[in-house]
Amino acid sequence: MNLLALDPLLSGDIDLTIVLIVLLKVGIAFTFLLISVMLMVWFERKLISDMQNRIGPDVAGPWGILQTLADGIKLFFKEDLIPERADRFVFKLAPYLSLVPAFLVFAVVPIGGDFRNDAGGVVTWFGHQTLLQVADPPVGILFFLAMSSIAVYGVMLAGWSSGSKYPLLGAVRASAQMISYEAALGLAMATVFLMSGTLSTNGIVADQATWNWNAVTTGVVPFIIFLLAGTAELNRPPFDLVEAEQELVGGFHTEYSSLRFALFFLAEFMNVITMSAIAVTLFLGGPNGPILIESVAWLWPPLWFFAKVAVFLFTFVWLRATLPRFRYDQLMDLGWKMLIPAALGWFLLIAALNIGGDRGWPTWAVVGTGMVVGVLGYLALTGAIRKATLDRAGQDFEGVN
Amino acid sequence: MDAAVFLISAVVVLSGAVGVLLARNPIHAALFLVETLFGIAVLFILLDATFLAAVQVVVYAGAIVILFLFVIMLLGVDRADDLGIEPIAGQRPMAAVIGASLLGLTLTTLLISVNGPTGDAGPTAVLGNAETNTRLLGEALFTDHVFAVELTALLLTVAIVGAVVLARRISGPLQPLPGVAIAVANDQETEED
Repeated sequence: MNLLALDPLLSGDIDLTIVLIVLLKVGIAFTFLLISVMLMVWFERKLISDMQNRIGPDVAGPWGILQTLADGIKLFFKEDLIPERADRFVFKLAPYLSLVPAFLVFAVVPIGGDFRNDAGGVVTWFGHQTLLQVADPPVGILFFLAMSSIAVYGVMLAGWSSGSKYPLLGAVRASAQMISYEAALGLAMATVFLMSGTLSTNGIVADQATWNWNAVTTGVVPFIIFLLAGTAELNRPPFDLVEAEQELVGGFHTEYSSLRFALFFLAEFMNVITMSAIAVTLFLGGPNGPILIESVAWLWPPLWFFAKVAVFLFTFVWLRATLPRFRYDQLMDLGWKMLIPAALGWFLLIAALNIGGDRGWPTWAVVGTGMVVGVLGYLALTGAIRKATLDRAGQDFEGVN
Repeated sequence: MDAAVFLISAVVVLSGAVGVLLARNPIHAALFLVETLFGIAVLFILLDATFLAAVQVVVYAGAIVILFLFVIMLLGVDRADDLGIEPIAGQRPMAAVIGASLLGLTLTTLLISVNGPTGDAGPTAVLGNAETNTRLLGEALFTDHVFAVELTALLLTVAIVGAVVLARRISGPLQPLPGVAIAVANDQETEED
């Protein structure tokens, strides 16, 4: 059972204090996520209102900040419906399959700790050394991928078990989209593993301690691919075909009401927050940042972490307010014909540069060969796509695409 | 501790397996299969094979069973299908015979092997502990077994190309891609104006 051994807290004998510290960390992560979901829903509504010249929620609490709480209480007391043709057990199970992975992913995100001078993010609580994350498994970031593939089940089973057409169509769309973009997401993350040489989230953050953030050292392209694929994975606009209201009513959760609907809603916003946190961890150095006032040095890493996450949250809302929805074939084209080849090509380039560095090959030769291979691959791919398009169009549309 | 984890996950694995056999609804059977795969992932962690555990969940639970579910949902197999009909004559007795002999073979191997089933991390000892596991596995795959890896990759590529060729056998002219169709429709509209 060495899965948790990377955390210095759990490497020795386990006594009551250590159990309490772990419980405290779990409690903090849980409360933090719930409160940030509450604030995120309010933030999104308020910001969208500002961008659309409206006022938005402003009745419950100062600036309407308690609006989500009011909505939550309202949903809690609403009648809970189960459609007659529903598969009752699976229908009840599905919301939890969405919610639990969303919670669990946050367990591997380091939200603070001192990473200067190879300190490795270790903090001392009650005389015990520990990391500011609930768990640091050696395969840390694969855990994130595993959980996001479990989340697909929640969506898919919710749609199927409703026993109704629109949810089924929404669920098939959603799961096809999530599986397609998971490949690009994974390949973009793989370049980070190449640079850091570890899968542990703590190790990845420690590797970026000296301002060498992975967004820059991997050459920006994987970062952009990660953001695009991550937005699609979250089913957020402009990739929100899953709940395209004009076509699908509400998508996979059309038949859900009351508390079960609230759980899907919670999971959706929690995924936005955890995806931002993972992006910060992988590409923007996690809690790394300048310690401005030495006397409260412990405060700065979490502060930088929250600031970086907030930038991503703002961007997600901004995208929603700005961009129209993709068409389904455009969505699949972007995923399969652009993001996956680009992520794969960039991954190979970074791998070649790494090996070249070890073997002492000249960088210009590696980059030059990479560019030649890249151009050839691009020409082959666009040629194949163009031929398929012309075949289908019956040859007489030379000018199109 | 290890024994408790082993017992719990063994119960999970076996109950999932029994569930797959007994469930009347194919979707429920697929969900029981996921339960079994999860139990096996926990067993991998118990053996310090952390990378395999993660891949077990990502690949088997996250991709393969999802594909099963897709097929079941889209083809609309449900309770109404008559399970009494055998698609291939003699399939079921053959399945029973082969299943029993596989079980017998596995049990015999376990019982006559040198140490017997000790629960030690023997099979994965070469692959190091939880921390070094991923690196050692990668090194083994891409040095000693690189030929097998490349052959598997080739096999998968052939399978994908074959599936596309089989699926694309369409009679009559091909339909234009949606993007082209919309562009053509727009062109015609502007010409009519």
